[in-house]
Amino acid sequence: MATETNGAETGGLEFHPMDQFIVSPLFSDDASVAWYTITNATFWMALAVLATFAMLVLGSARRSVVPGRMQSVAELAYGFIHKMVEDICGKEGLKFFPYIMTLFMFIVMANFLGLIPTAFTPTAHFSVTVVLALAVFITVTVVGFVKNGAAFLSLFWVSSAPLALRPVLAIIELISYFVRPVSHSIRLAGNVMAGHAVIKVFAGFAAIAVISPVSVLAITAMYGLEVLVAFIQAYVFTILTCVYLKDALHPAH
Amino acid sequence: MATVTTSDGLADATGIATHAAETPGMPQLNFDHWGNQIFWLILALIATYLILSRVALPRIGAVLAERQGTITNDIAAAEDLKVKAQEAEAAYDKALIDARAEAQQIVAQAKADMQADLDAEMSKADAEIAAQVAESEKAIAEIRAGAMDNVQAVAKDTAEALVAALGGTADATTVDAAVDARMKG
Repeated sequence: MATETNGAETGGLEFHPMDQFIVSPLFSDDASVAWYTITNATFWMALAVLATFAMLVLGSARRSVVPGRMQSVAELAYGFIHKMVEDICGKEGLKFFPYIMTLFMFIVMANFLGLIPTAFTPTAHFSVTVVLALAVFITVTVVGFVKNGAAFLSLFWVSSAPLALRPVLAIIELISYFVRPVSHSIRLAGNVMAGHAVIKVFAGFAAIAVISPVSVLAITAMYGLEVLVAFIQAYVFTILTCVYLKDALHPAH
Repeated sequence: MATVTTSDGLADATGIATHAAETPGMPQLNFDHWGNQIFWLILALIATYLILSRVALPRIGAVLAERQGTITNDIAAAEDLKVKAQEAEAAYDKALIDARAEAQQIVAQAKADMQADLDAEMSKADAEIAAQVAESEKAIAEIRAGAMDNVQAVAKDTAEALVAALGGTADATTVDAAVDARMKG
């Protein structure tokens, strides 16, 4: 409400940069949202799933030894994540390849679909990224203890440091371990949200005729940046997942 | 701003402090919507996971493995063919050398045969020539003998004629004896 009032005072400018993140029901005028309500979030998540399906399943439908365009894209995505998991986690990490691929495909598709004007971006929501990050955190912790037992705790005991420093380092390591899901989730949602909000702010300035060309240029530039961010943040989220998983598989420093 | 207005209404209706409505800032922090998003997110993730792990990833993995296999096989086949080509080249070279040697042998053989034939013909020709020479010499000797007889006859006739011309009476037997004596001397 505050922005609206301010907008009115500064000559008809209206900024609603955060309205694009509002969750609203698709098939009802009633604004109440229960956990099962089909909302715009549902719709765009479903689109992300469909896009993943189209890219990886329909793309590889022909199974040709010499790939066509669509199959090349599917194979590229497969090879990209497969190599990342193998390089970082080693051979035994490949068990988790479908899981990591799921995270990557969902995030990258949600990010890119969110770049369509008037779209809703699920990955700009902490509710979504927190679940994703917590899933990774819980998986890593469980896998770490199941595979290594108590030896997993050696992750916090830096054996290469002088003995006197080790308890201090253990506390720091422990804190950093529990901060991981926080930074993991806020990084993704924060980046995506900030870019989308900035584009909306620039769009608000376009109402002033003199500034509008600059505004349009700025939106274009920001959009280009956002295309990069959409991919890079998905990549960063995935690679961090691999790094955390590596800790669970090989906890020794 | 319809949504914000409704959330105002909601807040009023439920009697909760209108803090959320006063800060229109982040819809992300409207925890009323978290349940909905988390529910649908989990469904979406499960769907994606099933699609990927059941269909997409095994299929793409199989295609990639198949391609790798095909490439490996093709490289092995190419190596085989290369070795075969080298063998064929060696065999060809060997055949060429053999053929050359054989050709030289044939040439030498032919030369030797021709030489032998030539030698045989030459000696035959030589023999024939020698025979002809001997025959000719014999003929010449006969001719020469014939000529001596003729000369003897002519000499006798001439001697008789001379004796007659000189007024003697030519006794044939005497003349013959005289001529024979002269011829021998």
